[in-house]
Amino acid sequence: MPRKNSIVTKLILVITLSSVLIFAVTLGYNYYQSRMILERELENNAHNLVSSLVYRVETELMSVAKVAEGVARSLETSKHSEQELLALLRTTVEKNPEMYGSGIAFEPYAFSAESRLYAPYYYREKGRIAFSRLDKSYRYVPYLYWDWYQIPRELGKPEWSEPYFDEGAGNILMATCSVPFYGGTGATKRLRGIVTADISLDALTELISSVRILRSGYAALLSRNGMILAHPLKGAIMNETFFSIGESRNDPSLRELGKKMVRGESGFILYNSLMGVRSWLYYAPVRSTGWTLAVVFPEEELLENVKQLSMTMAAMGFFGLMLLVSAVVHIARTIIKPLELLADATDEIAAGNFDVVMPSVASDDEVGVLAHDFQVMAASLKDYIKNLTETTAAKERIQSELKVATHIQESLLPRLFPPFPNHPEFEIYASMVPAKEVGGDFYDFFFIDDYNLLFLIGDVSDKGVPAALYMMVTKTLLKSEGQRLGEPDKILSSVNKILAADNDSCMFTTVFCAILDVRTGEVRFANAGHNPPLIIESGDVRYLAVKPGLMLGPMAGTVYGTERISLKPGDMLFLYTDGVTEAINQQEELYGERQLLKALLLAPKGDVSGMVHYISAEVSRHAAGAPQSDDITMLAIKMTDNTMGIESARSGA
Amino acid sequence: MVVVALFLFLLSFSLAAEEMILKHATFMPLWSPQAQFAGYYVALDKGIYARYGIALKILESGPGNFPDQALKEGKADFAILWLTTAIKCRAAGMKLVNLAQIIQKSSLMLVSKKSAGIRTVADMDGKKVGLWVGDLSIPPLVLFAKHHIKVQAVPQSHTVNLFLRGGIDVASAMWFNEYHTIYSSGVDFDELNVVSFSGEGMNFPEDGIYTMEQGLHKDPALAEAFVAASLEGWRYAFAHPDEALDIVIKYMREAKVPANRVHQKWMLDRMRDLLVTGTRQEPPGHLDEQDYGYVGRVMQEAGLIRNYPDYNDFAWRADAEKK
Repeated sequence: MPRKNSIVTKLILVITLSSVLIFAVTLGYNYYQSRMILERELENNAHNLVSSLVYRVETELMSVAKVAEGVARSLETSKHSEQELLALLRTTVEKNPEMYGSGIAFEPYAFSAESRLYAPYYYREKGRIAFSRLDKSYRYVPYLYWDWYQIPRELGKPEWSEPYFDEGAGNILMATCSVPFYGGTGATKRLRGIVTADISLDALTELISSVRILRSGYAALLSRNGMILAHPLKGAIMNETFFSIGESRNDPSLRELGKKMVRGESGFILYNSLMGVRSWLYYAPVRSTGWTLAVVFPEEELLENVKQLSMTMAAMGFFGLMLLVSAVVHIARTIIKPLELLADATDEIAAGNFDVVMPSVASDDEVGVLAHDFQVMAASLKDYIKNLTETTAAKERIQSELKVATHIQESLLPRLFPPFPNHPEFEIYASMVPAKEVGGDFYDFFFIDDYNLLFLIGDVSDKGVPAALYMMVTKTLLKSEGQRLGEPDKILSSVNKILAADNDSCMFTTVFCAILDVRTGEVRFANAGHNPPLIIESGDVRYLAVKPGLMLGPMAGTVYGTERISLKPGDMLFLYTDGVTEAINQQEELYGERQLLKALLLAPKGDVSGMVHYISAEVSRHAAGAPQSDDITMLAIKMTDNTMGIESARSGA
Repeated sequence: MVVVALFLFLLSFSLAAEEMILKHATFMPLWSPQAQFAGYYVALDKGIYARYGIALKILESGPGNFPDQALKEGKADFAILWLTTAIKCRAAGMKLVNLAQIIQKSSLMLVSKKSAGIRTVADMDGKKVGLWVGDLSIPPLVLFAKHHIKVQAVPQSHTVNLFLRGGIDVASAMWFNEYHTIYSSGVDFDELNVVSFSGEGMNFPEDGIYTMEQGLHKDPALAEAFVAASLEGWRYAFAHPDEALDIVIKYMREAKVPANRVHQKWMLDRMRDLLVTGTRQEPPGHLDEQDYGYVGRVMQEAGLIRNYPDYNDFAWRADAEKK
């Protein structure tokens, strides 16, 4: 299982969610657009359908109306006898199969002065033409008071009646077109009667009822009063008006819609149909009668295909998504698997096991390159570690040898203080701190006879092991030649001569060599290129002015001169190497001779070791942690006013 | 009243026990089946008449059927007539008797489209006014006479199409019927101006139950039972309006009359308003003597009748006779 934060999980999450989002947006947009297009097309279709239906209804109605009009005009233009009238009427019904019946109803006494009412009527009955007298058949209410007579009479224009059931004619739905006709002209013009033409609406309502739209869509016909003439709600036909249905359903919107319809408007709206289904309705008037023809498209069925398409797309999308997810999982796995193996292997490497075998990656993609690089890296690391181990071992060996060398070098320098407890007439103290394990600085002091103390300080050029070796040689030579010759200039000349003889490495040493007569305090000294020492006498400190002299080693035959000074009791000589004055701090500023001079002025003069430690501390303070670059060596010697030592030395000798 | 109730209870009890001796009777309403007569159809359908010992037959009515003639000819034992019609008949010598006054108020109105600008009776002067043929035109004629105006009377059929098409300016309408038919044809109530007779000081009570004096004297118990059963039918209809509408529509379909339930509901609701008048203390069915006198006087003044009978001769009450 991939971990919670693994790349696989992240990849799947991000890709899946993005895909779902993109897909959902696309699908939604597609659905919305399809719907829009569908609705636009629907309006056109509905308009065309209604127009064609209206046209067919109008055609039928108009043909009948025209015939009635023709009869009326003919009655106005020529006088007819009763026979001619009946023949005209009968022919009219015979010649017009779409006509159910036709009659001519006269105003009182308009046909004949003898009889008040006269209304012949021909109609179809069982395929034959039958005759009736409406003035006789309407027993209770004279024809004068029927809508088909009254309305055109009062309005003075042709009118279609509200549809009605004619019980005498087998209970068929009828409508009557009534056309008034007149006699006389101008001021004498008066109504003579009404020509009627009946049509059965059964054929029309059947035509409209036969319209099937989608599965449950339908067409409907409403009268001018909103009466339902054709509608799938059979019980409502001729019983309910659009308004009474609106009232019974407590739906004021239906009433508003109905009012628009009976006003003769046309429109296209989404509404809840009388069948209780959310539907698109297109309605338009039938002009000649003021009726309304409507077609109803159930929205759900209309959108069924779009919905189905959307569902199919959604299903495809879902499976596509699944495929995508599994592809992502697969790819992620193929990337992640070697990565995981690699990670396991590198864990081993991290733990120090360089012999681990890298997983072999067949592909030469980035992962393959990575695996190969890891393989190379592991090998390089392995070699490197091996070298490092060897080097470290060698270094450790040298280190331990150097440690031994340090010990040896340290043990060569006199380190026991006070070195001459039986010589209280002077005090001497020295210290050497090498910059590396072994140093090139050195000092020494020893009695060459009972009263003459030789003390010296030296600095070999270069540092480290070569300097240490050279220093050993120099120091040893100085000691042996010091004891043999007993004068500084001679000692230096002799040692220089020896050193210069085989100086292939071109090394050299500076040495300040002095001999103190402990009885008198007289110091004889010679300098081989070393820094001039400081003399501290009666509270004053100054650099001793010495002849510079050439350092030992580079040139055979150098001659040195002996100089003398006299130390009174309490006077001191301070010898040092350039490690003191050239000590640098972090800013690479030298400690310098002036600072050394000042430090010595301030240094406690009581005892030499204290003074050396003080200067040492001052130099450390100056360096402030900067690494020591050169050996630091100091030697201080002080004459005391104590002569006891001479006695004891003498007695000791 | 207690005595009467007890009597009726005993009567119904004994009749229920002996169903065989039902008295046959006939009844003609004013018009074809509709909720205007819901009480009678419900009483018939729910067996209330039978419970009161009457095997009732409701005669066909409507165009060409005249209840007053049916009473006169003996075709109907009982009939519904307007008070004005009944007074006119009685004044003409026909011995009919008011057994119960069902509609206590006038539901007649004159309706015009607001666009015609006819707000008062005076505005109708010279206008085309639709009037029903026969006795139903009595109140409007009286009203016009009172206001000294002359209208162009156009005979109005039983549809409102002539009015809807603009053939007449003013139409006669019953509050419970045509007024709603106009509404159901897409004309809102607020698009109409209405002059109602009850508001014009002509609150003529309308539907009442009538019988011939002769028959009544022969069998007063039958008349009493018929009235009691009819009133019970009305009470039942108002208590169970849906069932009452079902029953009415059933009879309408049998009579092949277009049946519109919303319209019949409107009618039944209005009948409730017209039957049960809040201000009157009398039980339903009572004919107020003052109303009677007023109608008679107005008709007399309008020259429709010369004289009208005494209230006690005209209105017969079972309890009054027993007292």
